[in-house]
Amino acid sequence: MFAKTTSFLAIAAAAGVLMAAPALAQTRTNIQIAGSSTVLPFASIVAEEFGQAFPEFETPVVASGGSSGGLRQFCAGVGAETIDIANASRPIKASEIESCAAAGVTDIREIRIGYDGIVFASSANGPDFALEPRFVYAAIAANLPEGMAQPTLWSDIDPSLPAQRIVMAIPASNHGTREVFEEKVIFPGCEAVMGEGTDHEVCGALRQDNVTEIAGDYTETLARLASDSNTVGVFGLSFYEQNTDTLQVATMSGVTPSLETVASGEYPVSRPLFFYVKGAHIGVVPGIEEYVQFFLSDAMAGAGGRLEAAGLIPAPAEETAQTLDNFMNGVSVGQ
Amino acid sequence: MTEILETEAAANDRRRAQVRKSLARRNGAETRFKMLGLASVLAAMAFVAVLFGNILMKGVPAFWQYNLDAEVYFDPAVINLPERPVRQAGQSEADFRAEMLGWQRRLALVNWNRLIVAAVENAGSGVEVDDRAAVSIIDSGARFVLRDMVAADPALIGQTVPVRLLLSADGDNWAKGKLSRDLPDNRQQLTRPARDAIDALIASGAVHPAFAWHIFTNVDSRASPASAGLAGAFMGSFYMMLVVILLAVPVGVASALYLEEFAPKNRVTDLIEVNINNLAAVPSIVFGLLGAAVFINIFHLPLSAPLVGGLVLTLMTLPTIIIATRSALRAVPPSLRQAALGIGASKMQMVFHHVLPVTFPGILTASIIGVAQALGETAPLLLIGMNAFVANIPATPLDQSAALPVQVYLWQGNENRNFFEERTFAAIIVLLGLMILLNALAIWLRTRLERKA
Repeated sequence: MFAKTTSFLAIAAAAGVLMAAPALAQTRTNIQIAGSSTVLPFASIVAEEFGQAFPEFETPVVASGGSSGGLRQFCAGVGAETIDIANASRPIKASEIESCAAAGVTDIREIRIGYDGIVFASSANGPDFALEPRFVYAAIAANLPEGMAQPTLWSDIDPSLPAQRIVMAIPASNHGTREVFEEKVIFPGCEAVMGEGTDHEVCGALRQDNVTEIAGDYTETLARLASDSNTVGVFGLSFYEQNTDTLQVATMSGVTPSLETVASGEYPVSRPLFFYVKGAHIGVVPGIEEYVQFFLSDAMAGAGGRLEAAGLIPAPAEETAQTLDNFMNGVSVGQ
Repeated sequence: MTEILETEAAANDRRRAQVRKSLARRNGAETRFKMLGLASVLAAMAFVAVLFGNILMKGVPAFWQYNLDAEVYFDPAVINLPERPVRQAGQSEADFRAEMLGWQRRLALVNWNRLIVAAVENAGSGVEVDDRAAVSIIDSGARFVLRDMVAADPALIGQTVPVRLLLSADGDNWAKGKLSRDLPDNRQQLTRPARDAIDALIASGAVHPAFAWHIFTNVDSRASPASAGLAGAFMGSFYMMLVVILLAVPVGVASALYLEEFAPKNRVTDLIEVNINNLAAVPSIVFGLLGAAVFINIFHLPLSAPLVGGLVLTLMTLPTIIIATRSALRAVPPSLRQAALGIGASKMQMVFHHVLPVTFPGILTASIIGVAQALGETAPLLLIGMNAFVANIPATPLDQSAALPVQVYLWQGNENRNFFEERTFAAIIVLLGLMILLNALAIWLRTRLERKA
């Protein structure tokens, strides 16, 4: 009897939830965000503070998945089962705008939240590095000009560099960081070494013997540095600032990365960070407009705000004001 | 005669010598085998000891965090608030709620950091700290602690109340000595005045470690890392286990009963049996992919919901329960069945009145071990979006949520050192504690029920 009643109850319960769920999913009351793992810490902080500051709205849920993964979910269509906001560490691509339009997502509002620096860091106990894009290219490129041997030690490239074995841990191509690393370091370095106008296909080929591509988080890169102290890793500036006791940062073209040098544009390896809002969901899912305003407020993304303390480099006030203006006036990057 | 006797005695001696010789060899082999076995057990124990020692050593300190016993003055000049609204006679529910929301909004906008700065300055460290340094010592979640105190009791405004404020993650790291004191200022997280103030307050006893209950009562947080907790992940895991128990156990036991007691033995049931055994060996991540495709894309169940996680884990646990239940049923002696049938019981009565009660302990153990296995499963949950950052305790299995093993994964990847160092291991300890509890429950129930049966 016991087993009979319980199994009946269980089947009834299962049938009940399966039928009730789609109906419940239609009426979503919290903002749903997904995308770049670089933007995730900032978006999570704002989401939490938003939930605390606005008692009438629920705390938004922030998922990762990378810039491309987030935009793919974003472009899946309009409706409660699709996300409202996609975080991205790069601007949306034309191809993504097209696939968005094909699924009916035409009102896409771009929000630029600030800047992020990309730093080269090594073990705090090792020697100092003063890097240039051409040094980094020469260290890890598969294609070098004829007559130039592939270096083993950093000092083989330039006598100013330490006599340390070349090992680098760089972000894998699923990270938006990889694109910036190539555009701001590898390609300029390639032009300096191989000559102007070298094909990007040629430049982008890296050596396999001394480069590790990290698909996971920065903590994985940090673990590489701990296991092989010769490793030079690529990190976000915010991660480096949280771990200054174990990491030391290399200068790039003579500039030390910091909030100030990235904000002023002196430090070359930086990029803007974005999120994209689905216009069709504004007014349907409660709180989206308030979330955007709150995110761009001085207390969050502004100079001296919560996000600056977490490592985001604030955009100039006029730029933020322009971004907010565009959002409120419904300026869309979609088709 | 004597010759024959002699040769017989000699032969016996020879035989004895031979046996004695081989006995030594055989005993030697046994000793060696025993030693080998013992060595394996010791090696296994050593591995477990290293693993547990490592986890406990890193995780246990996370359960004690430094606090500041502060006197907080709820300054009416800072908390500039109207009276908390009271529902007037004749006021509609909606109006009252709107008025209440407005009041809560104003409460949220109060600059609570001003009270914290004043409290740190008055704590008697004797060190001159600026506002920024004072705020950096205390966890940013303290703002909401003070706000909630006023929301609960507006009469506090104008009073001075002792409040225990949690130190920030950086402050806690410094107080625990996790950061080298020899590092130069530019490589420290806190400014020199802030560090000196913490040291002075520890010396005066105002800053001291206390058990971190909030690890169990708070939800995950990135904005205030020192007060992040496991409550949301715990409830997520709880709902998932509820779904698994409600679905996997009855369905698994019923299928095992049918296959073992009622189903005809033919090619179809053989095929089913082979498939169940295969299903038990399918890697868990495959169930995650299946769950994402079926429950989310076809049934449109919400992402990151414990219900979906529970359904996926049910699929994963089913074969384990079916196989264990069937072997328990097979262990019941046929005489019991024949006796029941012999005195006129129907097949159904035979199964439910005689066979099932005897196998109950075995089924229960199998179910609990299956559930414990499901509790620790991570890979399939990542594929159905349970790795999102959710700062809420789920109220129903349909709300978005994290889960304990996923929380371990998320904290491990967090950039704050107090997460990827100690807090990850604290979460592992909680998860392991739950597992050990479940397994102990299984053993206790089995011995109790077996004695009864």
